[in-house]
Amino acid sequence: MVDAAGTQSLAPSRAASRARVWRFVRRNPTLVIGLVILGLMLLAALAAPWVAGDPYSMKPVQRFLPPSDTFWFGTDNLGRDVYARTIYGARVSLAVGLSVAILAVSVGLAIGVLAGFFRPVEILVMRLMDGLMAIPAILLAIALISLFKGSVGVVIIAIVVPEVPRVARLVRSVVLTTREQPYVEAAIASGTRLRRILLRHILPSTFSPLIVQATYICASAILIEAGLSFLGAGTPPEIPTWGNMIASSRVYLARAPWTVFCPGVALALVVLAVNLVGDGLRDSLDPRIARRM
Amino acid sequence: MLAFIVHRLLSTAVVMAIVAVFIFLLLHLSPGDPAAIIVGDNATQLQIDAVRKQLGLDDPLAVQFVRWLAGVFKGDLGVSIFSHQPVGKLIGERIEPTVSLALTTLLLAVIIAVSFGVLAAWKVGTWIDRFVMVLSVLSFSVPVFVVGYLLIYVFSIKLGWLPVQGYSPIAEGFGTWIRHLILPSIALGLAYVALIARITRTAMLDVLSEDYIRTARAKGVAMGPVLMKHALKNAGVPIVTVIGIGIALLIGGVVITETVFNIPGVGRLVVDAISQRDYPIIQGVTLIFSGVYVIVNLMVDISYTLLDPRIRY
Repeated sequence: MVDAAGTQSLAPSRAASRARVWRFVRRNPTLVIGLVILGLMLLAALAAPWVAGDPYSMKPVQRFLPPSDTFWFGTDNLGRDVYARTIYGARVSLAVGLSVAILAVSVGLAIGVLAGFFRPVEILVMRLMDGLMAIPAILLAIALISLFKGSVGVVIIAIVVPEVPRVARLVRSVVLTTREQPYVEAAIASGTRLRRILLRHILPSTFSPLIVQATYICASAILIEAGLSFLGAGTPPEIPTWGNMIASSRVYLARAPWTVFCPGVALALVVLAVNLVGDGLRDSLDPRIARRM
Repeated sequence: MLAFIVHRLLSTAVVMAIVAVFIFLLLHLSPGDPAAIIVGDNATQLQIDAVRKQLGLDDPLAVQFVRWLAGVFKGDLGVSIFSHQPVGKLIGERIEPTVSLALTTLLLAVIIAVSFGVLAAWKVGTWIDRFVMVLSVLSFSVPVFVVGYLLIYVFSIKLGWLPVQGYSPIAEGFGTWIRHLILPSIALGLAYVALIARITRTAMLDVLSEDYIRTARAKGVAMGPVLMKHALKNAGVPIVTVIGIGIALLIGGVVITETVFNIPGVGRLVVDAISQRDYPIIQGVTLIFSGVYVIVNLMVDISYTLLDPRIRY
């Protein structure tokens, strides 16, 4: 394909690439649907100042306006534009989801590789991980947040801590099976440096399960952040997040249901999209389980 | 068998000890003076000093830990900053609604999820299977509080079939008790149903492809008994494992569900403690809930040997 590209005219190669894209879409429908929803959300979040009005502007005369042409998602109890706040809320949710996934995977990867490769470290570290996993994530996060003053950074760390053991366990089990493989034994026997063994032979085998795990962590982080904000233990209430919006509107459920359900649907949609991406990746990276799950 | 149970009990004790250390250290690793955190935001230096002395915060950490743990074993979880009541007593007063909610949800979720999972595996590839799988992805993505408010809006506010919020003790009548628990149980159980239904389907598909299932069918055993007696029983281990692991989901969900439905349970206790910065309550509830999780999973592990006599440790 690459070598022929130079000599061929543009039209057939464009048709061929379109066919390739279409085949990819047909083979991975969940992945594509998830990526499209997620991409649109990400775009809206990044372009928030251009596609949405001021999320902070309060106009008491415009309280509880139902969805209309001017206010697509209506207004809330302080006359704020629910559409603008929902779009801005996507920023916090996506930022928290992404940073938690990246942080949890990096820390968990380091711990898991160490535990899987160095026996003495393993017993102690894995017992610690078991202990950490036994504390319900949301309570651990609440405890951490009540000790450290609330900010987005603290929320991210509070969600990362309970996720790390799950990653570490996964990585450890992959490392344990990989190090028994003949090619790793051969590398050890031929005197390859440890650093090289870890980087070249062990790490790559953890990538595909980790990418899948990272998307699920991202989804659960978005859910936990919204839950914490909803409970009043998350991001400071003045920041428009979906959890904060639902928390402050819930008493008006009967009068202005859109103030609760617009951020609620946005939240569900993002989590669904991330989960679909995860399912799609899992199916295409590991075809053996694809048929069964 | 006995050796296995003893071994499992010991490792549970180790995990629980680590949990206790974590929860204890959390307060001491945080920036700022633990005494100031325990007394609360509006305390004078004099009060802080008094608490330092009373709690022995100047002793070495190990001494403090042993003293705290000894207290925990005697049921002493500390004293609430806000109400000055023992945390153990406060949890005791709030335990009924939480246990009611958790048990009805567990029962409802397991029955629905296992039937859905079995059905999906039996009718694999058909629209029933698709429907169950789509439903499980959806319900795994919609947060508890959004489902909760949707249920309240439709069934309580619009249709008026069920009470909007609150809790009615079982002593005041079974009917009103269950009516208050229907919507919260559905909201809380949805993600749990999704999790269990998925694993039931996978485990059933594995078992259904075994030779002895084909033999049973060839002998003329009807599909019903084959599914229930031959297949489900053999698919039991992964299902029970997920039920145990999913308890964590249920515990986290309880805290949110009780807030949505205004149920005066242990979850509400924690949520109220957040705004009052009542750390001893948060610490006590976290310890108790972690303990419940560990003990449930201990029971799950022991139940393997009952479900599957082939498992020997």
